[in-house]
This record gives sequence, C-alpha cells and structure tokens, in this order.
Amino acid sequence: MNEAILIAILVTVVGAATPILLAGLGELVVEKAGVLNLGVEGMMLVGAVTGFAVTTITGATFLGIVAAGLAGAAASMIFGFLTLTLTANQVATGLALTIFGVGLSSLIGAGFVGQTVTVLGPLFPPALAEHEHLRILFGYDPVVYFSFAMTLVVAWFLRRTRAGLILRAVGENDASAHSIGYSVIGVRYMAVAFGGAMAGIGGCYYSLFLTPMWAERLTAGRGWIALALVVFAAWRPMRLLAGAYLFGVVMTLELHAKAAGFEYVPPEFLAAMPYLATIVVLALISLRKSVGAQAPACLGKPFKPST
Amino acid sequence: MSDGATSRLGLKGITKAFPGVLANDDVSFSVAPGEIHALLGENGAGKSTLVKMIYGIMQPDAGEIRFDGELVHVASPKAARAMGVGMVFQHFSLFEPMTVLENIALGLDEAISYADLEARIRQVLATYHLALDPHRIVATLSVGERQRIEIVRALLLEPRLLIMDEPTSVLTPQEVAQLFDTLRALAARGCSILYISHKLHEIVELCDKATILRGGRVVAECDPRAESSRSMAEMMIGGSLKEIEKSADRQFGAERFIVDSLSLEADDAFGTSLKDIGFSVRAGEIFGVAGVAGNGQNELMLALSGERPVENADAIGIDGNPVGTLDAEKRRRFGLCAVPEERNGHGAVPVFSLSDNAILTARTRKNMVRMGVIDAGLAENYTNEVIDGFDVKTTGAQAAASSLSGGNLQKFIMGREIMQAPDVLVVSQPTWGVDAGAAAAIHQEIVDLAARGSAIVVISQDLDELMAISDTMAVMNEGRLSRTLAVGEASVEEIGLLMGGVHGDPEATADYTGASHAA
Amino acid sequence: MRLELVKRKQPSRAMLYLTPVFSVLLTMVFGATIFSLLGYDGPGAVWNIFFVPALDPNKWQDLGIKAAPLILIAIGLSVCFRANVWNIGAEGQYVIGGLAGTGVALATWQMEGWWILPLMCLAGVAGGMLYAAIPAFLKTKLNVNEILTSLMLTYVSVQLLYYLMRGPWKDPEGFNFPQSRMFTDSQMLPEIGNSFVHYGVPIAFLVALLAWFILSKTVFGFEIRVVGAAPNAARYGGFSRPRTIWASLLTAGGLAGFAGILEAAGPYGQMVPQFPTGYGFTAIIVAFLGRLHPVGIMLAAIILAISYVGGEIAQSSIGLPNAASGLFQAMMLFFLLATDILVNYRIRFSGVRSGGAA
Repeated sequence: MNEAILIAILVTVVGAATPILLAGLGELVVEKAGVLNLGVEGMMLVGAVTGFAVTTITGATFLGIVAAGLAGAAASMIFGFLTLTLTANQVATGLALTIFGVGLSSLIGAGFVGQTVTVLGPLFPPALAEHEHLRILFGYDPVVYFSFAMTLVVAWFLRRTRAGLILRAVGENDASAHSIGYSVIGVRYMAVAFGGAMAGIGGCYYSLFLTPMWAERLTAGRGWIALALVVFAAWRPMRLLAGAYLFGVVMTLELHAKAAGFEYVPPEFLAAMPYLATIVVLALISLRKSVGAQAPACLGKPFKPST
Repeated sequence: MSDGATSRLGLKGITKAFPGVLANDDVSFSVAPGEIHALLGENGAGKSTLVKMIYGIMQPDAGEIRFDGELVHVASPKAARAMGVGMVFQHFSLFEPMTVLENIALGLDEAISYADLEARIRQVLATYHLALDPHRIVATLSVGERQRIEIVRALLLEPRLLIMDEPTSVLTPQEVAQLFDTLRALAARGCSILYISHKLHEIVELCDKATILRGGRVVAECDPRAESSRSMAEMMIGGSLKEIEKSADRQFGAERFIVDSLSLEADDAFGTSLKDIGFSVRAGEIFGVAGVAGNGQNELMLALSGERPVENADAIGIDGNPVGTLDAEKRRRFGLCAVPEERNGHGAVPVFSLSDNAILTARTRKNMVRMGVIDAGLAENYTNEVIDGFDVKTTGAQAAASSLSGGNLQKFIMGREIMQAPDVLVVSQPTWGVDAGAAAAIHQEIVDLAARGSAIVVISQDLDELMAISDTMAVMNEGRLSRTLAVGEASVEEIGLLMGGVHGDPEATADYTGASHAA
Repeated sequence: MRLELVKRKQPSRAMLYLTPVFSVLLTMVFGATIFSLLGYDGPGAVWNIFFVPALDPNKWQDLGIKAAPLILIAIGLSVCFRANVWNIGAEGQYVIGGLAGTGVALATWQMEGWWILPLMCLAGVAGGMLYAAIPAFLKTKLNVNEILTSLMLTYVSVQLLYYLMRGPWKDPEGFNFPQSRMFTDSQMLPEIGNSFVHYGVPIAFLVALLAWFILSKTVFGFEIRVVGAAPNAARYGGFSRPRTIWASLLTAGGLAGFAGILEAAGPYGQMVPQFPTGYGFTAIIVAFLGRLHPVGIMLAAIILAISYVGGEIAQSSIGLPNAASGLFQAMMLFFLLATDILVNYRIRFSGVRSGGAA
C-alpha cells in the first residue's frame, strides 16, 4: 500500500523531470559552446505541437518524437542564423524565438485542440515493467531511458572525446579556437541544432506522454526552468540529472499535497513553488563564489571572425 | 627535401588589401633553412597581416608563397601546420580553465591519446630544457609558462618554419634570455624562425637577417649584426628618431601623491591581490611601475584611479587629502586623472562619439553639467580643443571612438586627461599598440605635464619606455611593489631580477631609494 | 558572385532608423507568403492586420488605448536594456502594479474623494517597483541572473493574482466569479470628453516625452547608456553599475506597475484573472522596434497596437486564428534583429572569390 503510493509519486517525479532534463542537456551543450539560447521554451512548444500533430496524423509516436526533434532543431536554426551568421544579440534573439514559438505552436495547434493520442507504454516487457517491485526501474516509457542515456552520452562527449574538447574550447575562447583553425561558427551551429532537437523532444514529452493532448502554452515556463537548471548544474551533465529530479519533486508537490489531503496551503502557492524554488536555488548557488568561474567564458558573446 | 640552395620560405609579390588600406603591397623576401629572420616594422606596417597569410588565416589577393621551393596555397592554419609551419601568437590562443595537456591536444590536428601526447611533450621539454607541468590548469600559470605551452605546441609538430609574433613583450629579461637559448637551439637543428618584433636590441642580439616593413611595403633588408638599433629604427619609421626633450636640471617639489599600505583583494579568481603597497610621487616627478603583466598592475591601476575604492581613506592621498574611499569621479575633483591600459571599452566607449567620450571623464572638471543636465555644446568645444591640441586625426567631435586608429584614440584619451590639468596623472601602458610617431608625442606630453608641476605615475610592461621617461621607478611582482629606484642608477639586470621576484640585496635597494630622494 | 559583409567605419545612423521600417515591410511580405502557404488568405491577413486599423478612424481610439500600456512598459524596458539589464519580467511587474492599485481600491471602497485615484496610481507604481526590486537585489548582492529571476516572478505574480481572485479579494456579490468588485467612480480613470479614451493614454505619451529628455540630456541618461555600452568605461567615468541596475529596474518596475493600475482603473474597471494579456512581453518587441528611443517607442507601440486590433479584425473577417498577430509580432522582432547587422556592416557583392594566387 505504502509502496504503491511511493511508486505513484516516483512516476510523477520522473514524468516532471524527464522533459526538463532533455531540454537542459541540450542547452548545456549549447552553452558549453559559448552560446546562450533563451528560446528553449519556444523550441519546446514547437516540438510539442509538431510531435503531437505528426503522431495524430501517422499514429506512430516514434515518428512524432523524431519530428519534434527535427522541428526543435529547425526552430533553433532561425536563432543560429540570426546570432551566429548575423551576430544579432543572443538574449534578444532567444526571447524572440520564445515569442515566435508561442505564436507558431498556437497557430499549428489550433486544429488539434481536443484530440488525444495513445500514450506509448513502457519500454520493457510486462514481466519487468509491471512487476511489483522491479517496475521502479523498468516501468517507464522509452523517452525516460533516452534521457538517462543522453545524460551519459553528453557527459562522455564533453569529457572524453576530441569533438567535445573542441566544443569546450570554442566556448571558452572563441578567438583562440579560431586562430588555431577551428570553425567557431560551424561548431556553434551544430551545438545550437542539438540544443533545438533536445528541446523539441523535451517539449513533445508533454503533448505525447504527460497530458497527453495539445493546449496553448502547454509547457508553462518549463523551458525557463531548464535554463536555470543548467546554471544550477554548473554546466555539468550529472549534476543536471540530479537537478532535474530535484525540480521534478518540487514541480509535483501540488499533486502530492492534494493527494495527501493538505487543505491549508492554497493550490496557487504550490503551483508557484517551482518558480519560487528556481529563484531560491539560483540565489543559493550564487553564494558559492566559484560558480561564475564555471560558466563558459564566451557565453553569450557574439563572434565575428576578421577575414 | 630542403637543401642549402632553396630557401625555406619564399614570398613574391604578396599583396593584401582591406577596405581603405593596402596592408601588404608587393612584399617579397625569403628565409633560408636554419635562419633566424627578423620581420621588423611599426604597428600597422603590415607584419601581422603578412604572417596570417603565411599561416593560412588569411589569403593574399595576389602574389605567391613558396615553401622549400614549391609553390603552395595555404588554405588554412591546418594546411600550414601540415606543411611544417608552426606559429606562436603574441596573444596566446590558450584556454584558461583547461589543462596544459588539453591545450596542446587542441593545437594538434590528429587525435592522439593523452598518454602518448604526454610522453611526446615530456620528450620535447627534455630536448629543449624547458620546464612545464602538463597537468596544470592554464589559468594558474605565469605568462612565461603560458608562452612555453605555445612553443611546445608548435615544436611537437617538428616545424621547419616557426613564426614568433612579438614573443618577448610580456617576458622578464631573464625569461627573454631563456627563450633566445631555445630559439637558437631550434635554429641549430635546421628550423627556420621568422621573428616578428619592434624591439631592436633583441633583433641585433638574436637574428641573422632582417626585413623591414613600412606602410605595407618592404623598405629594407639588412644584417642586424651590422646595424645599430638606431639605424634600424630610422628605417622602420622612415625618418629620424625624435628624442624626448627633458630638462636636465629639473627640480622636484613637495610630495603630491602618497600611497601608503595599500592592500586590495583581487575581485576574481584569476586576479592578483595588492599587498601593502607604498610609494610617493613629488611635483614634477614621473614615477614608473615596471613588471611582467599579471602581477597586480591592473588592480593597482583600478585602486589608484578610484575604480575600485579601498576601505582605508588614508591609503591614497592627493596633496594631503585622503581619497582612498572615493570613486573615480570624486577623485577627479581632487585633481587625479587616469588613463587605463585598454582603450576600447575602458578608456573610451567605442560606440560613443568623441564628444560623449569627453563627457565621460571631463564633465566635472570642465563644468559640463548644470543641475543634472549636460551641456552638449561645452562638451563639443572641449572635444575640439583636445583634437586640435593633440593632433588627433578624425572627422570631428561627432565621430565614433571606434572609427579612430589605435594611436589616434590614445592621443585623444591622453589629451582629454592632460588638458584637464590634473595635479596627479596615473597612466597605464601609455603607448601600447601605438606607432612610433604617436608614442613620441605622447611621451613628450607626459614629460611636459610633469614639468608643469604634476605628479605622474606610469605603469608599463615596456622597460625601455620607463627607462626613457621616468625619474624614479619600482617593480611589481605578485601584488607587491619593490622599493623605489632611481632611474639611471638601476641596472636592467637588477630590475629584471625584481620582475622575476628576486628581491636582491636590501642594502643596495635602500641606497637607490636614498639616491632618488637626494636628487 | 557572392555576398560579403564589410564592417563600416562607424555605425550607420540612416540604417539605425531604416531597419525598423525594413523589418515591418519584410514581416508583411513574409507574413503574406507564409499564411498563404498555410492555406489562409495571406494578403488579406496583412491587409487586415496592418492597414485596416490604421485607415479606419473608428479604430483610432482603440489604438491609443492599446498603445498606452505598451509605451509605458517599453519606456521602462528601454532604460533596462540600454543599461544591459535584461528585465523580461515586466508582465509580472504590471500584474503586481495592478494588484497593488486594486488593493487600495478595495480598501477605499465606498469612500469618495479626489485622492483615491492618485493613491491607487502611487500604489501601482510602488508595487511594480517593489517587485522589480527583487531581481535588482538578487543581481547586485548575489549576482543572480536577472533574466531568469524576473521571468520566474512573472509566473509567481500570476498565481498570486489567481489566489486573490479566487480567495480574499473575490467580489462578495459576484455570484462566486473569481474577480474583484467593480471600482467606483472615484476609483476609475475618467474618459476624455465624449470618447472612450481614458486619461492614461495622454499620460503615457507625456511620460515618453519626459523620458526622452531625461535619457538624452541628463547625466542619469548618460550613465544608463555608458553602463550598458561599456561597463569598465562606466566605472572609469565614476558611474556605479549596481546603482544603475537598481535605477533601471526600479524605473521599469514603476512604469510597468503604473501601466498595470491604469489598465485596471481604465479599461477593466476591476481586477480579473484574465488581466495579464502579454503586454509585458509585447513591450519587449516595442522597445527594440523603437530602437530603445522614446520617440521610436511611441511609433512602435502604435504599430504593435495596430497589429493587436488588426488581429481581432482578421479573426472575425477572414477567420485568422488568434495566434496570428503574435506570430506577426515575433516576426517583426526577428527581422529587426536580422537587419540590425546593416547598422554596423554593409553588404558588398564581390565578383570573384578572393583567394590565393594561382
């Protein structure tokens, strides 16, 4: 009985953590390359609506997820072109991308309001996925495992591979990387596209798994929380994983409080908790002096090679 | 491949134009195998552009590059490295939070395991007697060590041509001597070295041959060992060198600027804290602060100018007034003006007009503000006075600061401060990146201001500059300032030791101080 | 033949003023194309969204009413953005301003007097300032990024609004609808003459003119510009960055809060859960499109007001979805940012690719 409740809570926490983990991983790589893309929320919405639309039309959730990734990457390329090729201000362009994503997703989604999709089941066979105890480990959908795998892949890529070394170099000192002969803009384009794809997939997790339906502004600011997570994680993938699950707990408090029968706390307060928690967490980690030094040195700065 | 007859590098008719300027105009010369060849010229003579083309960062508009006699097209730095060209940049291309090993790996085009790379690095270090720990984080290294990373990075590729761009501008005299040993050893193994510098005595000491550029053209080729520093300087600037006019029997007045027990914590992880700094400058005196970059000069500049006020008001005094806690603007009211090292974004706002840049620091002393409202007319008048008085070449007071050349902007900034008639002037790197003509003019203005009774502090990494203009000097090392030495009595060797952190015989230092105050 | 960007010796003033015009024109062309491709009447959408409201005098009063809050908020944001302070939480400051003023209105219910409305406005300004003080404090004391904090606070403010509407401030005679009491005559902004334009509209334009004077003529305006353009130079010039962060955020918060209470006491006449309509976000576009200049902001606010009113017209006349005007607004910002490069670079068409000699 108690275990059943715990598992139910765990499932909601995993559900809340997975999309921000995915989007956060993407943004982490983008920021490691020295680019600040504030358009995560917009790309998530574009991914959410595209994934939902493609799944509704084709009936294949897998195709929907792929399409969501592609749509997120496509949206990120607008940002990439403006900030990397035309050296536009990254903060303003990221904001514009979010506003654009809200508008575009509402427009595309207008025809899909009220429809539903079948939610993809667990990845593992029922013997594991529905097992009384083992379902804690094996009872989730493929995207959850994908998010774990990507955490490891990103950590390995940044720490162990030469491409990861180059990406970090570009984020730390773009001028030097350029003078050694690396294509700063090329590396950044790839990072931005990856970030867009991850945000898109993170976004479609709402429309295809959690709700599962399309509604305007479905992601409700989670893209911004993913951005905060990257700072919280000090640009480290494993800490991002921990942070995402911590926020997963905070974001589901409203649900659990209701289930536990808390009547005294206004639900609006619980709904505001993730946002308040983000502010508190950002303030707390800033007390550690070293945080600023962990940020990639070229974060947010435009780069224009002199020819 | 190479034999004695063919040159390692041959340039013929290299031409490169940028909008409004011909950076290289029909440049031809060659470098023999094992030769240390100096490329000499003022800022803006076209040296950097030329080597960028040899290293594949830029492409020439016309002309040919031959390597070991073969005509080559250097499409990228990668292609240059594949060919056997290595380069050590003046501004290091290093990544601060990464290790030495990672930095070197980034400079190689092949993927190689860290274990193998480390073995190869240690081999190079041993061959050339260089000291460097591959596992240290770059941010924790000294400037000399950082340069060693660049050199090791280049040497790992076993280059047949090594380009060194202004390699000594940040080194102590002792580090320079070490570097020269390494370069000579390298040349003895047959590697050619293209050595870019404007420090003539070094070229006389090191190089076999020199090509002199002026205005993008080759104006002379010579054997430096047969020339004097002076004769090469005149070829470089295309005229006779102007001496600084300094009155021989100048007198110093009362102590105007006193710094006593000044300490300041660094405000970031990579900065240097100031520890118990003390000195005084008399009316009419030019006090030089020497030292290798990164030993606290930036922090000292910020503390003196008021950009970072300190807790103890008495730590800094102007004519007896304690000003330590005041910000830059309030210190200006007490007569202290300053010129920071970095022109763009610190001494001036690049996107602002010159007139707005005049408002930035002259608004109070030149009464440009009434009840919070700025009188733009007064600002423009003052700007025009500075432009006329300091011979600033610009289209006018409304031109953006970014549209001026480095030398002209520096003249404007110096003029803006000097024409406020400061009682105390603190200047950092007054002629950094400035051509010889402008540098001479700036030096003369500093000397003249001192002659009018101001107390002046000049912070510079260029020892030659300090020796030429200052009356007394001290050396910064790891946030501490040495005792004051009288210029003319201190030897370059001793100053070099102080720069490297060896404090020498305290007795001797005391004598220099005594001498300076007796003058 | 290839396109090449060549850096200008100094920024082009002409392009500074022309690029916003380009971006609006490009938005019209692209918008018409995209909506046609999506199966709507593209040219009709552009006509309805950009021209009908401007050409129809009956809509002009509506334009003024929509432009007023945009102007006030965008002026405040322009001060922040010029100082390189990225306050994107104006929506939250607007909501809190509206709530603070509503609090005064509810406390003075059944009272009468000339002082009530000014007191509400004062509360609105103070509310917005206090709310903006949170990111200012976190930024200056703890170096916490203001982008995230100001935005997070927007979500919090909306929850606070919902709570107050559902709970303590619910109209006791409102049939259990989650909204406040209607304001009384002493609590409502009067309308000008026979129009339905409230006094907040001329006030917004006056505030813009005042802002123009302060930003272009005073040391305070100079300080804002220097701190934003070159923080090290600002410190060298004797300006304090923390002080500037505080000043700019408080200005923006105060103006957003003022806009909030003017909306509540004007068009709404009460507080409702639907109060946050995105003015705080649209104002970001207004600020940029107006080149962070008060006069430009007045013009840009009118253009954005046209797109709002036009969006409603297009919805009823040609069945364009509600989201269309938002998309047009985002496109304007995209095109502005894209064409911005022309301010510092000029385009050159070169015949041959430059390269090494053969």
